[in-house]
Amino acid sequence: MKLLVLLSIVLLIIAGHQLLRIIELSRGLKKTQEWRLTDSDNNMMGKGMLIFMIFFFLFFFWQVNRFIDRALPPSASEHGVKIDQLWDANIYLITFVFLVTNFFLFLFAYKYRGNSKRTAYFFSHNNKLEMLWTIVPAVALAFIIIFGLKYWNEIMDDSQDPNKVTIELYAKQFDWTARYPGKDGKLGNTDYRQIDGTNAVGLDTLDATGNDDVLIKNEFHIPVGRDVVFKMRSRDVIHSAYMPHFRAQMNCVPGMITEFRFKPIYTTAEYRKLPYVIQMMDGINKQRAKLGKEPVVFDYLLLCNKICGASHYNMQMNIIVDSDKDYNAWIAKEEAKKSVKTVASN
Amino acid sequence: MGTKHTTTALEHEHATHHEHAHDHDEHHESFVAKYIFSMDHKMISRQFLISAIIWAVIAMTMSIIFRMQLAWPGEKFGFVNALLGDKWGKDGILDPNMYLALVTIHGTVMVFFVLTGGLSGTFANLLIPYQIGARDMASGFLNMLSYWFFFISSVIMLSSLFIEDGPASGGWTIYPPLSALPEAMPGSRLGMTLWLCSMALFIISSLLGGLNYIITVINLRTKGMKMTRLPLSIWAFLITAILGVLSFPVLFSCALLLIFDRSMGTSFYLSDIFIGGRPLDNVGGSPVLFEHLFWFLGHPEVYIVLLPALGITSEVISTMSRKPIFGYRAMIGSMLAIGFLSFIVWGHHMFMTGMNPFLGSVFVFTTLLIAIPSAVKAFNYITTLWKGNVQFTPAMLFSIGLVSSFITGGVTGIILADSTLDINVHDTYFVVAHFHIVMGLSAIFGMFAGVYHWFPKMFLRMMNKKLGYLHFWTTFVCAYGTFFPQHFIGLAGVPRRYYTNSNFPMFDNLVDINELCTIFAICGALSQGFFLFNFFYSIFRGEKAPQNPWNSNTIEWTTPMANIHGNWPGPLPVVHRWAYDYSKPGKEHDFVPQNVPLEPGEVDGEGH
Repeated sequence: MKLLVLLSIVLLIIAGHQLLRIIELSRGLKKTQEWRLTDSDNNMMGKGMLIFMIFFFLFFFWQVNRFIDRALPPSASEHGVKIDQLWDANIYLITFVFLVTNFFLFLFAYKYRGNSKRTAYFFSHNNKLEMLWTIVPAVALAFIIIFGLKYWNEIMDDSQDPNKVTIELYAKQFDWTARYPGKDGKLGNTDYRQIDGTNAVGLDTLDATGNDDVLIKNEFHIPVGRDVVFKMRSRDVIHSAYMPHFRAQMNCVPGMITEFRFKPIYTTAEYRKLPYVIQMMDGINKQRAKLGKEPVVFDYLLLCNKICGASHYNMQMNIIVDSDKDYNAWIAKEEAKKSVKTVASN
Repeated sequence: MGTKHTTTALEHEHATHHEHAHDHDEHHESFVAKYIFSMDHKMISRQFLISAIIWAVIAMTMSIIFRMQLAWPGEKFGFVNALLGDKWGKDGILDPNMYLALVTIHGTVMVFFVLTGGLSGTFANLLIPYQIGARDMASGFLNMLSYWFFFISSVIMLSSLFIEDGPASGGWTIYPPLSALPEAMPGSRLGMTLWLCSMALFIISSLLGGLNYIITVINLRTKGMKMTRLPLSIWAFLITAILGVLSFPVLFSCALLLIFDRSMGTSFYLSDIFIGGRPLDNVGGSPVLFEHLFWFLGHPEVYIVLLPALGITSEVISTMSRKPIFGYRAMIGSMLAIGFLSFIVWGHHMFMTGMNPFLGSVFVFTTLLIAIPSAVKAFNYITTLWKGNVQFTPAMLFSIGLVSSFITGGVTGIILADSTLDINVHDTYFVVAHFHIVMGLSAIFGMFAGVYHWFPKMFLRMMNKKLGYLHFWTTFVCAYGTFFPQHFIGLAGVPRRYYTNSNFPMFDNLVDINELCTIFAICGALSQGFFLFNFFYSIFRGEKAPQNPWNSNTIEWTTPMANIHGNWPGPLPVVHRWAYDYSKPGKEHDFVPQNVPLEPGEVDGEGH
């Protein structure tokens, strides 16, 4: 089979070569200068530029129209709402710049397409114009920078909310573990040398505050309306904890504890009822039906967003945002399970 | 002191050239001296170009394999099995480790071998001596070494594709610990060692080339070629070379420390790691150090890739609009500003790495400043077209394509430079779309523009225009078709470097966007056949090129159409004016070459 493919490629090359020789021989009689531009070339290419522009812009709007409702749903965290506002302002601005500058580029290419009768206008510089398009972008950027940094400082502010929940996200190839501080409200110290089959996250056995820490796999819960502070660690390589619905991301770096904090504003149940989410899930389930997969309901997700090895593409954990009451009930149950286990093992 | 010595030696050599100029034709070199270990800048330039084309074809084929995986995960493709064998493409399904390897090598090859080695190597070598009026590079020998280090580096990188554990696969940024620990992935074993060796040699090649370019531009300009009369292409190559010389050594040290960590038990980048069932001894290092060192090169590298393309485009747009480039001095100033700023913006790759957020805000500020000189350049290109007499050669089409992709990809940079907005699109397909359009497409378009424009100078024959047109339109349409929809994949939150998106229900409705990208990518890849055929066919059978086919002002077109040593048979041309006297009022033709003396009372340069 492979031989046949190879053979046909070789034959094609020979055939092509023969064809070319015929073309060459016939051209040799005419002595053309094929490479030289004619007015009709310029005319055709100039019009091509304009036509391209029209199709390019149509393609752009077609994509926006068709794909935009597959973008991430509205932010499920407090700071994310601000990010989304800033995002929208920036996107409108750059879309405007993108359309206008491309428009002039292709328009001028079309309008001033070459012609043997035309002479170009000798125009080498103009200080006023150049000042204009130095200052206008500078002013626009000043606004972008000021608002960007204002929000950045707010998001990265590490002042402590007394009502906060602290959770450790522990990454390894290729799964996540969430660690809750337990009844004492303190995460126990860790020591990577003590990691073994029964101590997956490397709790330091000398530190008693770690004894009541609760380890959660596959799906973890957080309360709505309270600051959730994530402390992130990694066992082996760099991972990145990406929670797109909350507009949250931070790398997990071996040897370091990194941090990200946000306040959820919708419980999972509330978020599932947002019109945008309902519509998006309809689209997803329609597509899943086509692929022969069963329908799903929406869940918040934690993904790995830094290349970490062969199963990088499948390193995930569900996040459930509960009402404060439900969350307290859930965490109490998990803590109780933990103390039963601790008692039993003692 | 050393430089002075070199110059004297060269002058002496030039003098000898003169005396023997007449018997050049009778002088026969051996095949090896002429085609292989050549010290002639023109031959070295061609060597770089052909190597880069081979690399580009390999890297493009890789991209098609992984694009097909992304569009149709789990489908069986005979050609995947044919290319990768049973180990990596069993039954025609791509292996996840091989997927990462392909992504890694595609990135490495495109960024370094095609767009750094290939682009700068080809055009800086070809154009610097030609356009400044020099007999050759300051050191032909170092120039030859530069190519051969590039060649050995290429051979090592290529050979890493054939080893048992597969090539390096930690992404082209090779962040440790993933790349440092053989237990972390198969690609971090021998493949990574070869990758590091290859890059070390590549850096040597790049430094030898870069030093040579800088010295040549500064010392060997012909009489009258003031810095303010240099064509913008030369300014671009000069600034690029300076960026390379200042930043590549940092990559070298970065790679060296990684080599130490990998093979000598040091802990520069490693700390508190438990892998392969045991804790490692390494304590106290930090991967964030690696990221700082890497991106200190990594960001200037973006401009090392882009500036030569912008330089080439400046020449082509001005020549083919039959108008002076608008704002020559502003263009130089912009390039200098971009070059300078590129050294203080690297942290914008690291907003989410655990770097101090305050440091992040400094990098937001410096990064967004780069938008100003970039905007100036884009507007100046557009103004150069205004009221021009635009001649649509294939080179001109690609140059306009470059300006378009530079704008389209550039504006999304404003989003990514803003740390607040970066939080949610960092490392997603939004980034992939951004840099493929602004850096990948722009630089490749610039390279194509350069090839079509200077092909007559390189191979003394013309390329076919109609095939060039066909190549441009198919490439341009497919390029936007491939990368533009990826913005929307990013907006849906899809991370980079995922082998398949089918493990997350939330990505299921993106299947058709991925298919769209892949179909455009395949068509785009196939349409490169027009170029490859046109290129290789024209080398041997193209129409003979006339002296100055594009009616260009720069002095490379005054050399005889025969690749001779020393470039000009007689004395070197003397330069009297800048390179952009196109359609100057009161002149007989719409171009005035740089070696034509000024008329009495005529103002040179930007004056009217």
